[in-house]
Amino acid sequence: MSTVLQSDSKTAPATPPAHSTKAKQSLGSRVRRLNIPGGLGGWMWLAIIIVPIYYIVITSLKTSEGYFGQNPLALPATPTLENYQLVLEANFSTYFMNSVIVTLGSVIPTVLISFMAAFAIVRGRGRYLKFVNGMFLMGLAIPLQATIIPIYLMIIRLNLYDSLLAIMLPSVAFAIPLTVLILSNFIRDVPNELFESMRLDGCSDWQTMWRLALPLTRPAIVTVAIYNGLHVWNGFLLPLVLTQSPGLRVLPLGLWTFQGEFSVNIPAVLASVVLSTLPILVIYVLGRRQLVSGLTAGFSK
Amino acid sequence: MSSTTAHRAATGSRKIEQAGQQKSALAWLTLPAVIFFVVFALAPLVGVLVLSFANWDGIGAIGAAGLENWSSVLTDPGLYNALGLTFLIMIVSWLVQTPISLLLGVFTAGTQRYRAALAVLYFLPLLLSSAAVAIAYKALLDPNFGLAMGLGLPFLAQDWLGVPQLALGLVIFVIAWQFVPFHTLIYQGGVRQIPKSLYEAAQIDGAGILKQFFHITLPQLKYTIITSSTLMVVGSLTYFDLIFVLTGGGPGNSTRILALDMYLRGFRANLMGPASVIAVILVVVGLVLALFLQRLGGKDKQGSQLEGL
Repeated sequence: MSTVLQSDSKTAPATPPAHSTKAKQSLGSRVRRLNIPGGLGGWMWLAIIIVPIYYIVITSLKTSEGYFGQNPLALPATPTLENYQLVLEANFSTYFMNSVIVTLGSVIPTVLISFMAAFAIVRGRGRYLKFVNGMFLMGLAIPLQATIIPIYLMIIRLNLYDSLLAIMLPSVAFAIPLTVLILSNFIRDVPNELFESMRLDGCSDWQTMWRLALPLTRPAIVTVAIYNGLHVWNGFLLPLVLTQSPGLRVLPLGLWTFQGEFSVNIPAVLASVVLSTLPILVIYVLGRRQLVSGLTAGFSK
Repeated sequence: MSSTTAHRAATGSRKIEQAGQQKSALAWLTLPAVIFFVVFALAPLVGVLVLSFANWDGIGAIGAAGLENWSSVLTDPGLYNALGLTFLIMIVSWLVQTPISLLLGVFTAGTQRYRAALAVLYFLPLLLSSAAVAIAYKALLDPNFGLAMGLGLPFLAQDWLGVPQLALGLVIFVIAWQFVPFHTLIYQGGVRQIPKSLYEAAQIDGAGILKQFFHITLPQLKYTIITSSTLMVVGSLTYFDLIFVLTGGGPGNSTRILALDMYLRGFRANLMGPASVIAVILVVVGLVLALFLQRLGGKDKQGSQLEGL
């Protein structure tokens, strides 16, 4: 029995009690049943996933002689970091810092205001809150990219064109519907008795929200923070349309322009791909359990 | 509001009334989120409809255009090309991604340690930005220094980005490469919630693995399939960045989907009015698809819940 999988199912807080026991039972049931076609398919897909990633990483470590002279899938004969050095010297740190600012500046407000809204939607009642909930649910279905032209116009009129704030504001709006949905699913699972006892202790809604709901929702908050962070970090259209100066480029946009400039130096282009993915990989490694169990619970209810 | 208060007063319980007041006082907590959403999502949604009747080059003054944009776009064969490609990519992507991610989800929901390790690796493509994926695939597809030579498979050495059918197939493949992992995750979660008692009963009845898959796993996953399909279908309307960097819509217009068509008309050809028409069409398509899938989900949800017990 895999301990990794076990702890995954344990940390899934949104799973309703009935479901989580069922999930645990089902985990215990299908232990070591041989599944040869499944295994074959699984390993085949692994090859499809891994070969391109392997190619990106080893090519980024090759000299140009290595790139032109060797088998493309062979390990570099003389591994070098000079491609990385080249990328780091070519404004990579500027792009990186811009991405950090835009990501934090979008994710923190998104999570904060979505949490407040989700708390109100779950704990409150009335026609207004029902309407707000419905509005956010509908927001899930709208391809928000379709609103880019009016957003461009609005950002110009607000004198925010070509600033990092211009990317952050719509990023927050785009992320709200799904964040509210996932957070409200989690808050709904907090037993009502806990809220009642807080109230009997004389706590206001405001205090209940921060001191009871927030700590209990923490796993979901980590999930939505990583999920939204991934989206903003990798976002391309908003930076492309709403900024212009090279000094304001975020990583994906930087990658794209870099590819144009260094199109003859493929190892360097791939080194920039690796470098742009590294930070998010670190965050994924640190928060993997949380993210995977949170997403599982959030989507497969 | 007032009628509910009156109703509660009539019940005579002060406690309930207090709770009610306290709860309705929560509404203000939604204000920051509502304001953000209304200003930067709903208002632009209205704005795009207004702009579809306007003349604007993206820089100068905005003038009224009447029905001109609509008639020019609706009579433009380019629109139907983009619309057809959008649906083609959507449907083929669904047909390719759903079986793969469903089977992988069932597979990784098993309990051997190596399956968990595989699931970790499956997640990797999701960490790369679409721009990075597109750039990496361009290098990979180089006929001389890419995968074809590395694997010794000469049939891979094609002019992938120069031949319309190949470019279209490539786009669908790369989309699957990037997004199958996410849907695998969703299915994995769905499979883990199927009660084991169903499988035990089936085993006692002598049902084999295939029978169990088709008569238990698949029906039990109905709701998960709808969730995943909704995300996949609505998401496919927004594959902008990947296609933009990978093919730029070409060769010719062979991969120019609606979202890309909108961008190129608006921000490259400086025709914001016609681009807004495309955007309105994009919103309508998205809403219709989502409503259709939701209806499918609502109907099936009751059925599958009853079956589950």
